[in-house]
Formats: sequence, structure tokens, C-alpha cells
Amino acid sequence: MGEKLLMKGNEVIAEAAIRAGCKHYFGYPITPQTEIAHYMAKKMPEVGGTFVQAESEIAAINMVYGAASAGVRVMTSSSSPGISLKQEGISYAAGAELPAVIVNIVRCGPGLGGILPAQCDYFQAVKGGGHGDYKMVVLAPSSVQELYELTVEAFNISDKYRQLTMIMGDGVLGQMMEAVEFKDQENIVNVDKPWATTGTGMKREHNTIQSIYIQPEVLEQHNKKLQEKYKLIEENEVRVESYNCEDADIIVTAFGTTARIVNNVIKMAEKEGIKVGLIRPITLWPFPVKEFEKYAEVPKAFLSVELNAGQMVEDVRLSVNGKRPVYFYGRMGGMIPSQQEILDQIKQILNK
Amino acid sequence: MSKERINIFTGHFGSGKTEVAVNFALNSASRTKKVAIVDLDIVNPYFRTADAKSELENKGIWVITPMYANTNVDVPALPPEINTLFERKDYNVILDIGGDDLGAKVLARYKDELIYQGYCMYFVVNTKRPMTDTDEKLEHMIYEIESSSGLKVTKLINNTNLLDQTNMEVVIEGHSAIKRISDKLNIPIGFVSGFADLVGGVEKEIDIEFFSLKKLIKLPWN
Repeated sequence: MGEKLLMKGNEVIAEAAIRAGCKHYFGYPITPQTEIAHYMAKKMPEVGGTFVQAESEIAAINMVYGAASAGVRVMTSSSSPGISLKQEGISYAAGAELPAVIVNIVRCGPGLGGILPAQCDYFQAVKGGGHGDYKMVVLAPSSVQELYELTVEAFNISDKYRQLTMIMGDGVLGQMMEAVEFKDQENIVNVDKPWATTGTGMKREHNTIQSIYIQPEVLEQHNKKLQEKYKLIEENEVRVESYNCEDADIIVTAFGTTARIVNNVIKMAEKEGIKVGLIRPITLWPFPVKEFEKYAEVPKAFLSVELNAGQMVEDVRLSVNGKRPVYFYGRMGGMIPSQQEILDQIKQILNK
Repeated sequence: MSKERINIFTGHFGSGKTEVAVNFALNSASRTKKVAIVDLDIVNPYFRTADAKSELENKGIWVITPMYANTNVDVPALPPEINTLFERKDYNVILDIGGDDLGAKVLARYKDELIYQGYCMYFVVNTKRPMTDTDEKLEHMIYEIESSSGLKVTKLINNTNLLDQTNMEVVIEGHSAIKRISDKLNIPIGFVSGFADLVGGVEKEIDIEFFSLKKLIKLPWN
């Protein structure tokens, strides 16, 4: 391992992308993720890459479409309202099976909402914010070190499956600072891209990148192919971390920042003789269904803690499949639940 | 510690300016009666002086923050009360400035008044930050902050750290780099700052005042 530095989450995403071979970044500033663009603007010229501050988020995602079509590693980033603007481009890129990485450092909504941290874009990310039957791989890191590792991984996953991958953090993760240790050599999986529009050299038929299929039979075939790919990703790419679940009284589930808070709640509860487990989905899609199935009959109940009005809890309920009650606790508007608040919820549930 | 009435904290963004400035204010309040701290950060959206407001006010410190600090909007407005502090000479004043040359730009607005009244401008350094991890980058950052503020850095602060992963080697390594810059630019090192667990050890290794920090700008799980 290499040298340790003290970095902001947003800076680490940019640095990790560059280390993963990302040569093109297109974006538009918005709090709380602007440091990504700021870092890219400074660093891209040093590595022979391209930084473009696009005229809008819509332009940026379409620049991503272009660069990805040419087979290069490319990224864009934004925060909630900006990600909403990108949805049309995201659907088109998913339809055209373009590999690219999209970062959403989530802030509060709906609408302009506010600049403070939130997890209220879970539905948008995992259920398809744009139109059509498509999926993005959605990675949810919970530390600065993990932001680094998963950003590199996001590029590998994207290339492997010709797939859009989203890094979903919240404002706290983007803005907070932690020590990060970079590897001397990144694990970059280089994939041939015979489909890319890199010029025929008069030696082959030209490639086309498209999401339109004129014949309905062909479009249905294309959709089936996409669904088969998503099934393969569901089989291979689930990432999850479980802790203390074996004989837990209650299993709490949380991702990102919220999981960090729950980690401390586990210690607090232990002092009061309550055994709290944690299932932390790292991939929000594909959702770690099997992990919930594995522990479904262990605790008295499940509790999903989120910075929203209750989104991931729906996937938790589907996975637990009625075997145990699934409760929800969340805060909104940039408010973050305290450890005590979560512990109080746990006690209330266990006393029911 | 500085003898000037007005103490300004500048540096690379993420160097620990706010943590040092807030602790500096608490330290001043333990020695003098009237202390004011002004949040002039127009760069950072979260983790601001306002986070430590109640702790500071409990010690009788006048905390001046922009009206939009820690709200859901991003408006880089400067608090008007700062003008009062140029008149109220009975106050010791601490100015917490945003990072880099961008953050230091606000100082240009008050440049004439600051030069007239006298100031101590600290440059907080953490050599474990990626944009200040070499001598060249450090020197360039000082140059950029001086250019955009129109003021001179008068003291350097070694705040080199990796947060909870800080050890003595990290602090000493930072000190060597800062010492080279100090000698080259002829700017003295004011003090070394770090969390309390380094007390004693650092002073043994480096012959310079150690300023012990209490963690006041916290994460939701701290």
C-alpha cells in the first residue's frame, strides 16, 4: 500500500477515477459535490485528460454518452437536482449499453430542497429515474477509504458489463475528511471494446451506438438481452457487509453515512444488554436479497434507518418476505438521526 | 501565541483552519475577557465554526456567523457585524477564513482596515493534504493566498494530521517540510497543533510550542 493522505470524500472520488484510468470528466457544479469538479479541473490537465464544465447537467451526460461510445473511461458527477436533469441521458446510455460512472452526492429534496445530506434518491437510483426497463449498478460506500475502492471498482464493473454504474453517497460522505491509503497499483480490469466507435480503418463494418430499434421484434430482443445481463449482474455483483447478525435481537439495516451511526448504536445497545445486528447493503442494486433471507428468522424484527421518508425499507420488506416485521425510522430535510434516537426506536420496537 | 488583537486563520481548504481557529478562540477566552470569532468562510458548505457555536458562547465568546451558515442554502454572504469589531478595540478578534485563494479573497474587502490596525495572519498547514504535500505546492499556496487577500502571511502553523490515524512521525514529517518553507520565506512557525494525545511527545521532538486541540467540529457519529 502507498502513502496515507487526509482527503475529502469528493476529492477521493476524483482521484480514484483518475487512478482507474478515467480520462474524461464532464460536469456542472452543485453543492455538496463541487469539489469533484474542482479537483478534476486541476488534475485532468496533468494526466493528459479532459475536463469540461458543461453548460448544463443535460449537456454533461450527453458528453458522457459520446465519450463512452468511443470506448474511453468517462465520469460525470452531480447532486440530486442535477441528477434529475441527467435522467433522459442516463436512460439513453443504458439503452445503448454504454459503460460510464455517474456520481450522485445526495442532498435534500424534493425540488431545490437544500444542500444538506440526504438519502432521498434511493428510488431514483435503483428503480430507474429515467424511462424504460433499465438498471444501474448502485454502489453505496460508507467511508472515504471505501469511496476510493468502490470508485475504481465502478469503472471495472461498467466496462465488464457495458453498464452504467452509480456511486451514491450523501453530503456528509462528500464533505467529510478521513485518512485514505492509495494502492501503488490499481486493479484495473482492461476489457476489449470491439463495439466502440473508434474508426473502422477501412478494415471492418462501422459500429453503431443506439437505443432506437425500429422493428418491435428486434426491440423486444434487445430488452430481453438487457434483462439477461441484469440477471447476471444480480448473480455476480452483490456486495454487502453484515455484523453481529448471528443471534441478534434486532437487525438494523442502513447504508452510507447512516450505517456509520448505527455502528455506534450497536455498542451503546450492547451496554444495555440488547444485541443489535447490522446489514449494510454496499450495492443498492443489485440488492443483497440473499443476505436478508439468510437472517430473516433470526431477530424479532428488522429496522431500516435512512435519511428519507422510507425508501430502501421497501426492498428490505420484499427480501424479509413477511417472516418478521420490518420497521422504519428516518429523518429528512438535512436532519441526521442521533445515536440515542436510533437506540430509542430499537427499544420501542423490542418492547412491542 | 500572537500579541496582535486581530488574528486571521488562512490555509488550504481542509487544512484544519476552523478547528484551530475555534480552539484558539477558546484559549484566548481563558486569558482575556472579550473575544469574538467571525466565520468568513465562503467556500465550505458544512463543518463550520457555527457547529461549535454553543460551546464557544458558553465561554462568553461572541460568535459571528453568516446568517445562512448551516442552513439549506449556499449563499456566500458576509456577516455585517465584522465592521463593529474594527471599532470595538476592546475585543480580541479571530477571523476564520475559507480555504485556498478563493476563500482568502474575502480579506481583500477588509484589507485597508486590517493593515491600518495591524494583524497576525496564520497559514495553517497539513502536509498530508494532497494540494500541499510538496514544498513547491506549499509555497505556491502561500503565494496565491497572499495575492488574493492582499495581506502577508505572518506565521505558519503545523497542523499536519491524519485525524484519528495521526502519530508522532506524521507531525514531525510535516514539521520538516514547514521548517524548510519557514526558512526559505522567512516566516516564523507560530505553533504546532494537534489533538491532546500528542501532548508532551511532540514538544520532546520539536522545540516549538504545542497547541492542544479539542475536537469541536464533529461528524454525526463522533
